[in-house]
Amino acid sequence: MSFSWAKHYEPKSDLTKWLDERLPLPRLVYGAIGGGYPVPRNLNYFWNFGVLAGIALTIQIVTGIIMAMHYAPNALVAFDSTEHIMRDVNWGWMLRYAHANGASFFFIVVYIHIFRGLYFSSYKAPREMIWLLGLVIFLLMMATAFMGYVLPWGQMSFWGAKVITGLFGAIPLVGEPIQQWLLGGFAPDNAALNRFFSLHYLLPFVIAGVVILHIWALHIPGSSNPTGVEVKQESDTVPFHPYYTAKDGFGLGVFLILFCSVLFFAPNALGHPDNYIPANPLSTPAHIVPEWYFWPFYAILRAFTFDFFIVPAKLLGVLAMFASILLLFFLPWLDRSPVRSGNYRPLFRTFFIILVLDVLLLGYLGGAPAEEPYVMLSQLASAYYFAHFLIILPIISKIEKPKPLPFSITESVLGKASSGTAGGPVLQPAE
Amino acid sequence: MIRIGAFLVGLFFSGWLLVSFGVGAAAYISEPPQPTAEHEFHLHPKKLALSSDGPMGKFDRQQLQRGFQVYKEVCSACHSMRLVAFRNLTELGYTEDEVKAIAANWPTQTPSIDPATGEPTTRPSIASDYIPSPHANETAARAANNNALPPDLSLITKARHGGAAYVYSLLTGYQEPPAELAKKFPDAMPGPGLNYNPYFANLNIAMANPLGSDGIVTYSDGTNATREQMAKDVAAFLVWTAEPTLEKRHQTGWAVLIFLIIATGLGYMAYRNVWAGVKH
Repeated sequence: MSFSWAKHYEPKSDLTKWLDERLPLPRLVYGAIGGGYPVPRNLNYFWNFGVLAGIALTIQIVTGIIMAMHYAPNALVAFDSTEHIMRDVNWGWMLRYAHANGASFFFIVVYIHIFRGLYFSSYKAPREMIWLLGLVIFLLMMATAFMGYVLPWGQMSFWGAKVITGLFGAIPLVGEPIQQWLLGGFAPDNAALNRFFSLHYLLPFVIAGVVILHIWALHIPGSSNPTGVEVKQESDTVPFHPYYTAKDGFGLGVFLILFCSVLFFAPNALGHPDNYIPANPLSTPAHIVPEWYFWPFYAILRAFTFDFFIVPAKLLGVLAMFASILLLFFLPWLDRSPVRSGNYRPLFRTFFIILVLDVLLLGYLGGAPAEEPYVMLSQLASAYYFAHFLIILPIISKIEKPKPLPFSITESVLGKASSGTAGGPVLQPAE
Repeated sequence: MIRIGAFLVGLFFSGWLLVSFGVGAAAYISEPPQPTAEHEFHLHPKKLALSSDGPMGKFDRQQLQRGFQVYKEVCSACHSMRLVAFRNLTELGYTEDEVKAIAANWPTQTPSIDPATGEPTTRPSIASDYIPSPHANETAARAANNNALPPDLSLITKARHGGAAYVYSLLTGYQEPPAELAKKFPDAMPGPGLNYNPYFANLNIAMANPLGSDGIVTYSDGTNATREQMAKDVAAFLVWTAEPTLEKRHQTGWAVLIFLIIATGLGYMAYRNVWAGVKH
């Protein structure tokens, strides 16, 4: 760990001394999430969501592994084996509802985590790698969730798979062979279902691996904080344990209350009724929509209605949808403002609020049928989305006059007088 | 370099979206989309209050038995119930002997044939059998129903927007097509073999009114079998078939929530205790 005042693990009993010399696993845990990891003392509740995402991943893996013991990935019986879990497996209904709603809550938590990163510019140096790895996790999550939704083999499973793999068909020349290669056929069928099951089982462990890298990268510079001012002294930090383990414990309780309220009292509210109809390749649903957490991207995909010279509208939509996520990888180099926290950036803050509303609107539009006025609104909302990241953000980072930053985290918490370094120069960003 | 590239990409996507918006908006204003018959005449489901609603909801077993009777005597002529086994009926309050009797009167097709005639043979069902389907396969079901396929009803209240209220509204929603429909949308008038029902997505449903008159079943508990009552009862029954574990889900949910609220309260006190004396 980087801070000189970080406490070191000291094995007390003979057993832990013996273990420490051979496999210093307790030492690793102590330094990662124990008393040996100094964390800024001023973190707000938005900093709970990293731990919550890890817990949501764990819930998914545990419920998923147990369900895989009862599920059959075969197009003939997949739907019925899902209902077998719901009806005949002991507590199977709870496992499946926990898994389906767990995916939704995983995305809710991760979206809040990402927007926290956007508002407090957690992607800026020296934390670019944490941000990039986080985006890799997000992409893996999307792939995993998409393939998981196919497994019950309901109508939306089938038609969702058809539409999403059809996106690759928009690529010129090689598109159709790629689509057929992905599906193992001309349309989703047993081959697709089997490989999706296989990959749906594999990818969560890949996610877990990248999560380890994400946390490793986090421990190099340490956590960011709401002021965006780097840790300068010991009084800026508290040990992760017991301070943040206690706070995360409380946060976990609140999360589980909300999660269980939906799981037990409205378990189908976030799903689509059509997925309780067995997949039927001969009957197209009136409105094909993905799960709600893909709606903002689905709205961007459908916003392109006109060909751009030789580029067909469908290909434009696919490019834009992928670009809408890939552009986030460039964020550390697009936003050049030396100030991290949105609290000290009035202009940025205004546009950030517009972005949040814009993405919520895109989400609503992505779930709406492809009719007017929804298409026109999604064109406006998508235009703002791209303009925000690619045009507005680089410009405001140049023209904005940030508010003065506190000298240190301690000063921001205790006020100037009580700070050990009172009277020190207030850090002003270069203009 | 990155910023110039990003600027150009942003300009392209945003610009083309704004152009598309402009063209779309101009078309929208010059030629506003015509309202469709579904848009004007389709109705949202009526309100339906069932005892299984809400977080405290429990099944009314008397009602489920009445609903099962309606399914058995009316719906099951055309609609299958693949996912429900006779043994599950004990959850409606029937004794094991009653379930065995119900099953015995409901023949299940066997894989063998009658050696004299070559026709498929049947045997009396037993409790572990699933409720037999009225048709051997989809082709047979369509052939018997004017080429319309009666959907399986096991999951129907979960598989339709509006759930039980939709089923109830559909069953009580049959009516003569309004004169206005004939005037404004003659194409949307029910064709041969179709029936007008404003609760059905495209207004024209192949199923004839199954609960055409009061009293087509006789309830053993003395409840007056009006059309309303039968529709309500069968909707309640179909909530059960779609999710037999609903009551257990509600009960478990309360136990879990009470535990979590206490645990979170303790967690909050622990958090305040740990942080006492540390300003943050």
